[in-house]
Amino acid sequence: METLKLKYSLKDGDFSNAGNASSNIKKNLKMLGINAAVIKKMVVSIYEAEVNMIAHANGGVIEVFIDEEKIKAILADVGPGIPDIDQAMKKGYTTASEEVRQMGFGAGMGLPNIKKNSDDLKIESVVGEGTTLTITSYYKS
Amino acid sequence: MTIRDIVEKLDLKVYSGEKGLDKIVETAYCSDLLSDVMGNGDENQLWITLQTHKNAMAVAALKDMSGILLVNNHQPNADTLEASNDEDLPVLGSDKPAFELCGLIYQLMQKS
Repeated sequence: METLKLKYSLKDGDFSNAGNASSNIKKNLKMLGINAAVIKKMVVSIYEAEVNMIAHANGGVIEVFIDEEKIKAILADVGPGIPDIDQAMKKGYTTASEEVRQMGFGAGMGLPNIKKNSDDLKIESVVGEGTTLTITSYYKS
Repeated sequence: MTIRDIVEKLDLKVYSGEKGLDKIVETAYCSDLLSDVMGNGDENQLWITLQTHKNAMAVAALKDMSGILLVNNHQPNADTLEASNDEDLPVLGSDKPAFELCGLIYQLMQKS
């Protein structure tokens, strides 16, 4: 299978469209006949990252590459960056606003959920410049 | 058990997503944190919550849940109803609090 590439742009604070990219990615993975358990995990990871970009990071771009052995999602934002990634990975740690928390987000579970549901997670972040997450799932391992 | 069975037995309101009333419900999950539901919810579950906004619908659809039950007479937002009808994913409601609804649904499931 040749690499299939999907690309989505997210707007800052656009909660009404949060999940649209994840939903479209899910549909594409289903059409490709990828194992349902793999899709489930990937969808959790991408949705969490999608919400993070909308809630914290001025929006950004999601790119997904699918080849014969893996699904790789690259989520790049131009947000404030993460000063301490270890702290951000801790369950319960959050910098979400009160408004975002009232919606049921911002419980400090996003990044831990992504880590748990991916085979490989790379976080590159520069304070003041932005954050890029690379989430990989090997579906034929 | 289907969503319709639960609606009839507990006299729940059906706000939207009527086409999905025959979806199977294997179990339920009760939480108001979206990330908790993303992490711990599963397909064929009825989600019991007070979250009325459209993002709850996005989570339920992404997780292939059977429906959403709003507690304490919380009213769904207009765009939630629209998404519910698009996805055929019912939004239900009750004036009872979450604890009572969980208990009643648990009892129903034990009997079935």
